[in-house]
Amino acid sequence: MRNNKLTPYLFLLPGCIILGAFIFYPMLQAIWMSFTDYNMITDPSFVKFDNYTQLFQDDLFWKTLTNTLIYLVGVVPALVIAPIFLAVLVNQKLKGIAFFRSAYYIPVVTSLVVAGIAWDWVYKENGLLNYVLDLLNIISEPIPWLTSTQTALFAVMVVTVWKGLGYYMIIYLAGLQSIPDSLYEAADIDGANWWQKMIRITIPMLMPFVLIVTIMSSIAAMKVFEEIYVMTGGGPLHSSETLVFYIYTEAFDRLNMGYASAAGVILFLLTLVFSLINLKVMGKDNSE
Amino acid sequence: MAKQKKQAPNRKIVKKISLYILLIAVTLFMIGPFLWLLSTALKSGSENIFQYPPKLLPEEPTLSNFSTVMEVFPFWRYLFNSAVVAVLTVVLNVLFCSLAAYPLARMNFKGKNIIFVLIIATMMIPFQLLMIPVYIISLKLGLQNTYLGMVLPHVTTAFGVFLMRQAFMTVPKSLDESARMDGANSFQIWLRVLMPLVKPAMVTLTIFTFVSAWGDFLWPLIIVNDNDMYTLPLGLNMLSGTFTSDWRLIAAGAIISMIPIITIFLLLQRFFIGGAMKGAIKG
Repeated sequence: MRNNKLTPYLFLLPGCIILGAFIFYPMLQAIWMSFTDYNMITDPSFVKFDNYTQLFQDDLFWKTLTNTLIYLVGVVPALVIAPIFLAVLVNQKLKGIAFFRSAYYIPVVTSLVVAGIAWDWVYKENGLLNYVLDLLNIISEPIPWLTSTQTALFAVMVVTVWKGLGYYMIIYLAGLQSIPDSLYEAADIDGANWWQKMIRITIPMLMPFVLIVTIMSSIAAMKVFEEIYVMTGGGPLHSSETLVFYIYTEAFDRLNMGYASAAGVILFLLTLVFSLINLKVMGKDNSE
Repeated sequence: MAKQKKQAPNRKIVKKISLYILLIAVTLFMIGPFLWLLSTALKSGSENIFQYPPKLLPEEPTLSNFSTVMEVFPFWRYLFNSAVVAVLTVVLNVLFCSLAAYPLARMNFKGKNIIFVLIIATMMIPFQLLMIPVYIISLKLGLQNTYLGMVLPHVTTAFGVFLMRQAFMTVPKSLDESARMDGANSFQIWLRVLMPLVKPAMVTLTIFTFVSAWGDFLWPLIIVNDNDMYTLPLGLNMLSGTFTSDWRLIAAGAIISMIPIITIFLLLQRFFIGGAMKGAIKG
């Protein structure tokens, strides 16, 4: 390999072939397919905007879109705020603190199928959660968490939050450790209490990380699928069905490839806002 | 500091104890569901697992559920499939991403910026949109029910290219130049000079890729329908669908399939947590 003009392209070739074959080409194909009727058996036929107009008239589509937004609004604040306190907690200089850090990280590394099964069992009517809430006198009757239209979506959201806490905690921990000790020492001299230090020093210094976590958890919340698939199957009565679940069932259960692609394009447009902010943040880090 | 010294020793101990209570309470929330599953898996057939109030500990702990589930759940087969998929994904990802990152960090060439922007732009496209055409393409390429089929769509990521490029940029250029003086070509410089110096970034990328490949569910669910090719999550999902009424077996199966990743995590936790921290700062 001589150092000629081709060299850089040779290095880029394998990665670009993969990205081309499995991202760029499929992207174009997905957009094109969203304007066709295609069931994998007969050839696709061009139907212009039919899939989109049908989509906007489909109550189930609106329902899944609403559920997705509820998911976003419920999960993101929890995943942005709670891990800050966890990070502060595991940043204490205490004996055995590494053990707790690891324990909190375990849900992150376990697969969602295992997590879903574990929580499904916790949520049973005679299960652990109802028992604990009963002991604490919070509820008088057991709640069928996953089988009631009132609670199913909420119950799955809890699992998403629980599984993400450890990961975002570590991100904030990286942030905490980048705050110079001298700031806290100065605050101590001024007689600041724990809460004042938290509000005046910790949170403001963590803001860049708060932004990262907000974007990451928002994009993840828009794409939630596995938890739903494993725990509720979108039910009962579609009450926990999200947009990606809808895309999945339209595409792979009903083979409405064109229609599902149109719903996928909508998903893409919705996540685009967050992605663009993400790119901007990355670009800023990059130029520094 | 002066203020802290004035604190009575009693207050310090109270503070410490309350911190530990808090830490333990959170621990129960984080791993409680797994412990509860384990307790159920250890309960014998004579015990009613649906009784209320639930018994936290098994009356007569037994391992029989584990041996029963091993008869119906081809754990080793699934573990092997998961391992092949995860290792292939990691190796190809680290290779392709660091190859692509090198010219982007070090060389000047036509189209460099546009190529970099296009690579980063792939981050914006959700796989949940691509899965439909990628499924069709994979069928055409004969990739259904193959390891390559599960692996190929994930072997280059914008995150990986970005991470490796950042790592290469921190290596002083003088090192490349002196290697070039000694007659090394670009490939040799990449392999012998740069790669050994970016090991921390490689570890980060390895861990990230490994965890996501190991836990991946959606794509294998689509591209695999042959039981023999199931990875652990797919196999476990089928197990829980088959034995819906027998929660002892489901619990035992779930616990067994957790063991490999938990073992790896406990052995390498330093890298898992360090890697996640670095990933946070870099991208």
